[in-house]
Amino acid sequence: QGCNTMTSRTSSPLYHPTMTDPDMGVKMRNQRLLITVIPHAMTGNDVIEWLIQKYNITEEEARHLGGLLVQYGYIYPLRDPRSLLLRSDDSPYRFQTPYFWTSSRWPASELDYAIYLAKKNIRKQGELVDYEKENYSILHKRINHTWDFVVMQAREQLRASKQRRKADRIVLECQEQAYWLINKPCVNMPLYYHYTTTILLRYYYYTTIIHRRALGRNRVKSSICLESFMKYSEQYLHHDPIMSGCLPSNPWISDDTSHWTINTDMVGTPTRLRVERWSFSFMELLNDSMGRREFMIYLEKEFSAENLCFWVACEDLRHGESSKIILKVEEVYKNFLAPGAARWVNIDSKTMERTLEGIKRPHRFIMDDAQMHIYFLMKKDSYPRYLKSELYKNMLAKAIVPQETKKSVFPFMRRQRHSSPSPAMVTQATEDDGKAKGAGPTGTSSTTNSQI
Amino acid sequence: MCDQTFLAITFGPCDSCSENPVGRQSRLDGRSQRATKNICSCCSPFCPFPMACQGLASGETLKSLKAESETLRKKLEEERKKLHDVELEKVAEKAEALGELNMKTRRTLKGHGNKVLCMDWCKDKRRIVSSSQDGKVIVWDAFTTNKEHAVTMPTTWVMACAYAPSGCAIACGGLDNKCSVYPLSLDKDENLAAKKKSVAMHTNYLSGCTFTNSDMQILTSSGDGTSALWDVESGQLLQSFHGHSADVLTLDLAPSETGNTFVSGGSDKKANVWDLRSGQNVQSFDTHDSDINCVKYYPSGDAFASASDDSTCRLFDLRADREVSIYSKDSIMFGAASVDFSLSGRLLFAGYNDYTINVWDVLKGTRVAILFGHENRVSSLRVSPDGTAFCSGSWDNTLRVRQEGRGVVRELKQGGTTPYLKNIFLFN
Repeated sequence: QGCNTMTSRTSSPLYHPTMTDPDMGVKMRNQRLLITVIPHAMTGNDVIEWLIQKYNITEEEARHLGGLLVQYGYIYPLRDPRSLLLRSDDSPYRFQTPYFWTSSRWPASELDYAIYLAKKNIRKQGELVDYEKENYSILHKRINHTWDFVVMQAREQLRASKQRRKADRIVLECQEQAYWLINKPCVNMPLYYHYTTTILLRYYYYTTIIHRRALGRNRVKSSICLESFMKYSEQYLHHDPIMSGCLPSNPWISDDTSHWTINTDMVGTPTRLRVERWSFSFMELLNDSMGRREFMIYLEKEFSAENLCFWVACEDLRHGESSKIILKVEEVYKNFLAPGAARWVNIDSKTMERTLEGIKRPHRFIMDDAQMHIYFLMKKDSYPRYLKSELYKNMLAKAIVPQETKKSVFPFMRRQRHSSPSPAMVTQATEDDGKAKGAGPTGTSSTTNSQI
Repeated sequence: MCDQTFLAITFGPCDSCSENPVGRQSRLDGRSQRATKNICSCCSPFCPFPMACQGLASGETLKSLKAESETLRKKLEEERKKLHDVELEKVAEKAEALGELNMKTRRTLKGHGNKVLCMDWCKDKRRIVSSSQDGKVIVWDAFTTNKEHAVTMPTTWVMACAYAPSGCAIACGGLDNKCSVYPLSLDKDENLAAKKKSVAMHTNYLSGCTFTNSDMQILTSSGDGTSALWDVESGQLLQSFHGHSADVLTLDLAPSETGNTFVSGGSDKKANVWDLRSGQNVQSFDTHDSDINCVKYYPSGDAFASASDDSTCRLFDLRADREVSIYSKDSIMFGAASVDFSLSGRLLFAGYNDYTINVWDVLKGTRVAILFGHENRVSSLRVSPDGTAFCSGSWDNTLRVRQEGRGVVRELKQGGTTPYLKNIFLFN
């Protein structure tokens, strides 16, 4: 009962037991601080060196990482304790005991709990009660790789407590015991909530359904799947500006927006890369509004443009406002599906039957089957023929390959960065024009807007 | 101590069943909070669990159900293994090795007064919307670094924001449990907040939102353990998705041909793939060791990557139905907060809680570069729509746009420095 404050989304650097391993870890020695000898300390330099060696990283990364470990309190400075920096000299540092570690999430309390149980076990054999014994063995199995650390910390804490006055010691032990009684972690549970039986019943029933469903699915061999990633990356290599650069230049580097202006929706002549991309997949062609326009022109020549029109109308239905669904379904039926419709689409009889039946109770997905049928029809038939057509070949031939912009002679003379009309403005302007509003800052007369 | 992550969320019993713990928002300034009903995912009216239980035979005990679940799970592991005939590393041997990556910050967007929590690109490839802890949502023309719009939300911790496909509106939400849509007004004097439309209503914080293929629908994920699809115009709930047993932290829409699925990741360490039409959980992956903070589809839609608090990023193949690659390094000890692919899918950019960005070779599984620059954890990261650059938002209150190549680094500062809000943690 009661409320616990939990930290969500903390960064919880996982503890690294090997750091304190006397053989593998950082060199620990007694350091001299002024006159007193400080036990179990290491220098900042040692920490950085060790990080470089252990993780095979550069000094820059080791400094960064070491700095964070100090900031988060996993290592603390002995000289000048308020300055949480890792100095790469002989400044002394020490490891913090897990009890005071930043992360108070599940992994950390698991460790704390393990240390607590270990302490109890060491102190007096048989002092652990039943559930504690069970938890102890579960934890021993689960975090076995750090068990040496657990025992070491337990011994250390016991030793430290022995140096306290008896009265204090008893009080602290009681406090600790009380804490763990209230915050008894459920080590068995894969989740970190305390679930009741009812909810657990539901949860496991639900997972059996999910697993059964997964067992029933058809899987593809890894070799086939992974090979497709290779192919995809290769195919798109020259289209990826971060991998291959872009022509005439990357706007973010050169401050020149030509790359964007030559790839707009309304541009007269497209770039070669763009036209090539239409041949990668049917989806690429349809996703580019210019590609879609070209394809429509081709289909009109083939007298099968109704297919694409139907597909567009179905997309509009699927992604449009809920309030317009009934209206749109009626329109689609009237234009494409009704007997004798102006743009009747050729769907197989089964799908047609199902669709017409479904129209009686229209919803946004009612055309999905029909839409998919037409989509695959275009993909398997019209699309490959389009790629072989004169229309496409001509497009490819006249497509431009921009010249790479030569780097300016005076690299420090920065080009002016021009702003572009907001997409919102462009749309509003179109509406305004439609309403014949006349005067007003439309600013869209130029064709150099950078919208798709 | 340095920056701690304390979201002002305390846990108390669910308002409905009084059993399950549920996160409650608290105002950081200590003023009393208007009572919002906070209920757990099991009590939520659309939870499948109650319905699922109708099939429960009376004699079922927890032990037998758990055992059955485990058996099925093991069987599933075996089935998946059978078809795993090669590792990605092996297949990628013949791929060309990548040269040294030299990415520099080209723009630094300064103007947020507090931690940047989320960002999204506009389809025009240059505009960005970003949201922060202090409730401000800013629309920038990242190219000129000018701020074009600013909205002050009536809530703090705006953890999610998205740009509409048309570029005419933005959506955002956070601790208010809602997702609101703001049409972007052209009139500079007009108060954007006046035209605000409340679309999504969850029973816990909003962790992620995205428009689907149009301005008319929004997909949201929430700390109440559910995701949901909403009609923007009416605010109507079109479909809800249940199956996560803890907070849903992230989601991404599939770029596939049929455009009907999305993937979500949660605090329950699971990544689930959902069918938008039926609301069904069609695939599930649970190999992560900690919260999944971000999921992103591979450009072809056949796989997705995830970033987790267990300091790893992983690649999951949807056809093979398994994890196919892990991107991790011993020296990376902090959680990964955000990922995105480069246009060709060859590179994976990941932002971490140790303030760095690691760039991974997706195919070979190796780290190609580590990028410094941010002065606090990287909370969100996205590649621009045409792949010309990527932007990272950070708890250091800035956003950085980076690109590969030599050139003069330019940073444009906006106005004076604004004070950092001290971190406040609340104890009950």
